[in-house]
Amino acid sequence: MVVGESGLGKSTLVNSLFLTDLYTDREIPSSEECIPQTLEIIKNAVDIEERGVKVKLTIVDTPGFGDALDNSDCWKPIAQYIDQQFEQYFRDESGLNRKNIQDNRVHCILYFISPYGHGLRPLDVEFMKAVHDKVNIVPIIAKADTLTPKEVMVMKQRIRDEIEQYGINIYQFPDCDSDEDEEFKQQDLALKNSIPFAVIGSNEMINENVARPIRGRAYPWGVAEVENKVHCDFSMLRNMLIQTHMQDLKDVTQEVHYENYRAQCIQSLTRIGTKDRSSRSKISRQSITELSLLPLAATEKLIQEKDEELRRMQEMLKMMQQQMQQSQGEQSDAL
Amino acid sequence: MTESIQSVLKNTKASDSFVKLATATRTRASPAKEVNPEKAEGEDREEKENGKLKLKSGDTECWDNDRERKRVGRLDGKEESRSVVCAGNYRRWKGNKGEGVRSLPLSGHVGFDSMPDQLVNKSVSHGFCFNILCVGETGLGKSTLMDTLFNTKFEGEPNSHSQPGVQLKSNSYELQESSVRLKLTVVNTVGFGDQINKEESYKPIVEFIDAQFEAYLQEELKIKRTLHNYHDTRIHTCLYFIAPTGHSLKSLDLVTMKKLDSKVNIIPIIAKSDAISKSELTKFKIKITSELVSNGVQIYQFPTDDETVAEINSTMNAHLPFAVIGSTEEVKIGNKMMKARQYPWGTVQVENENHCDFVKLREMLIRVNMEDLREQTHTRHYELYRRCKLEEMGFKDTDPDSKPFSLQETYEAKRNEFMGELQKKEEEMRQMFVQRVKEKEAELKEAEKELHEKFDRLKKLHQEEKKKLEDKKKVLDDEMNSFKQRKTAAELLQSQAQQAGGSQTLKREKERKNTSEGVVTECVPTMLCVGSVRLHTPSCIREPPEPVTIDSHRLK
Repeated sequence: MVVGESGLGKSTLVNSLFLTDLYTDREIPSSEECIPQTLEIIKNAVDIEERGVKVKLTIVDTPGFGDALDNSDCWKPIAQYIDQQFEQYFRDESGLNRKNIQDNRVHCILYFISPYGHGLRPLDVEFMKAVHDKVNIVPIIAKADTLTPKEVMVMKQRIRDEIEQYGINIYQFPDCDSDEDEEFKQQDLALKNSIPFAVIGSNEMINENVARPIRGRAYPWGVAEVENKVHCDFSMLRNMLIQTHMQDLKDVTQEVHYENYRAQCIQSLTRIGTKDRSSRSKISRQSITELSLLPLAATEKLIQEKDEELRRMQEMLKMMQQQMQQSQGEQSDAL
Repeated sequence: MTESIQSVLKNTKASDSFVKLATATRTRASPAKEVNPEKAEGEDREEKENGKLKLKSGDTECWDNDRERKRVGRLDGKEESRSVVCAGNYRRWKGNKGEGVRSLPLSGHVGFDSMPDQLVNKSVSHGFCFNILCVGETGLGKSTLMDTLFNTKFEGEPNSHSQPGVQLKSNSYELQESSVRLKLTVVNTVGFGDQINKEESYKPIVEFIDAQFEAYLQEELKIKRTLHNYHDTRIHTCLYFIAPTGHSLKSLDLVTMKKLDSKVNIIPIIAKSDAISKSELTKFKIKITSELVSNGVQIYQFPTDDETVAEINSTMNAHLPFAVIGSTEEVKIGNKMMKARQYPWGTVQVENENHCDFVKLREMLIRVNMEDLREQTHTRHYELYRRCKLEEMGFKDTDPDSKPFSLQETYEAKRNEFMGELQKKEEEMRQMFVQRVKEKEAELKEAEKELHEKFDRLKKLHQEEKKKLEDKKKVLDDEMNSFKQRKTAAELLQSQAQQAGGSQTLKREKERKNTSEGVVTECVPTMLCVGSVRLHTPSCIREPPEPVTIDSHRLK
């Protein structure tokens, strides 16, 4: 999923990452249309193949994020979407026929940070805090050709500090084993130190003045190459995302985020029940519908019992009151 | 000399207390006649000073905003080769002949052509003042651009993103360049565009601009005023920084510019434009201008009716909004140190026309049109504000001839109206007060009556009860008496019977006595129960019945 304000180069980056053109003939809304605009979620599913390896790639785009004048709660639709995918998977997994489950869960969010500021903005912080325990966040500094290398370092450090300060859990690269060779460790360290990645995206291939056609942006003062490691971290991002860490992203999604979601879901369903852990795990084996009915019945019973007790006590109270009144009346009558 | 005077005149401040520089445009109606404003000015000045010299016939009259008559002389026949054009073209020449004014040829050199020099000296010694407002999101390079424009280092550290609201920070600086002093004020918006809810973001800016206008208006309306030495804080231009997204304006930009366009001269700028390639830049500029036009936002257009600058201004107008890059770092390029930003793929030079429009901006802003910006602020935006404000207060210019009087009259009228209203309100309040008092009185009276009635009722009840009690007491007494009688009679009988003999009769009589006593004792509690109001005052019931204390019980 790609999330970020409009104009930060999300679609260009996606095109560059997968070397395809996903967004042909896109209409960009004008600014007065943006004022009341709400978030949309658009899915683009493509099948790409390389040397016999097939990948079904789904790119979820979020146009309209942060574009309106009042952006409070603009991350809610995104959080809901993520939860929906989890819920769908949960149902499928608990169903009877589990052979062909389609995994639509979001494995990774590329969050685009604007390079023009001095670090994270309040909207960035709010969004990341809302989804950091649901999905892997990979922060990216967009349009990094605005920043000189020195500024890039400063900005990265600043963002890392702010992420720590606000307690945001971004995707952590797994530590490599200690018996790997030095070069690998160095690479790994370099990777970890470059979060967030400063990327440049481009739709155009530059043909003149260069040895071979490359993707890049042509300026009067030079050509910023997309795949040049010195110019930007694009190649690092691509390697990480597709070559080396794709599986890890999926694993973390499955093991950590999905399990969290599942635990929460189940807990909320069986909160009132007083059964022990073992029975609960047995219950989880059953289908979801039974799951929902059973504890409900139990709770209802309890509620009824309590109601009856209350009624009885009330009656008793009334009787006592009447008795008292009667005795008083009798006493008065007797005299 | 002509060139320097021209440039100097362009930058001279025009204010109320100075003699206004007359503008000259070649009037279409009378192409043959050329106007020499300097001479005209000199004549005007002389007239003012002497109060006697009057040029008759042939002079044109022109009216300016303050409606002072200016007599400008025209020289017939004498061709002056220079057509001196001054900035501040808000006054138009009317080519018609006015009444009673004519131009005279001079037979020798008088010397009032040194008027501009005097003006220049005066204004240079007075100093100039210019106020810039920079509006844009945090981190777009506003402070850097200001530093680059004025070749100095202005502010402190960059601002953070977590401001709760938009604030404006104003800093004033004194700059001097070869004996010309400039008092520059740079106002920065802090926290603009950072909040999650940006609907109120434009308000502090509008309020700030209005506050400056208000201050000036107050100074103008004072009785003892010092406009000459007044430090003018009105914003002369607003540089609006647009983020280089490459797509279009942001919604926040549009809304803010719409609110500001009638209050200040807006010059939109594309900030950090080293992120946009040439082709994207042209598309972006076109998109921006079309959006501004379609939404009716009036940005500042460089004036094109002034001959010398018309050409350059009109070409510049086509380049709006300017795409700029700011940098305070110097990089060695070739053999010169230039301001630039160094990237791994190349170096962006700030002052290179191919790389960005910084040079154009500097030209337009400072070197060519600074004076025009000030004029526009004073004559268009400030006058609009003033008009709105005064109309709000109820002043109207109904008769244009008698200016100060109408003001005074309206003022007096207003005052009387106000006093009348006050009096009316007082009367109303008084009446209301009286009414209220009456109502209260009536209420109190009613209450009093009720109380009286209640009291009477209670008294009656009391009386009745007392009577009842007394009756019962009487009855009781009677019974007691009869009992006593019977007792004495019985005793008598007893004594007789004793004499007669027989204890049986005694017993029988004793029984009888006891039963009669019991009857009496029974009677008393029932009477008590009937008489008392409350049942469950146990003290009442349990006390031994004493005939003497019946009254006190009953009356409880």
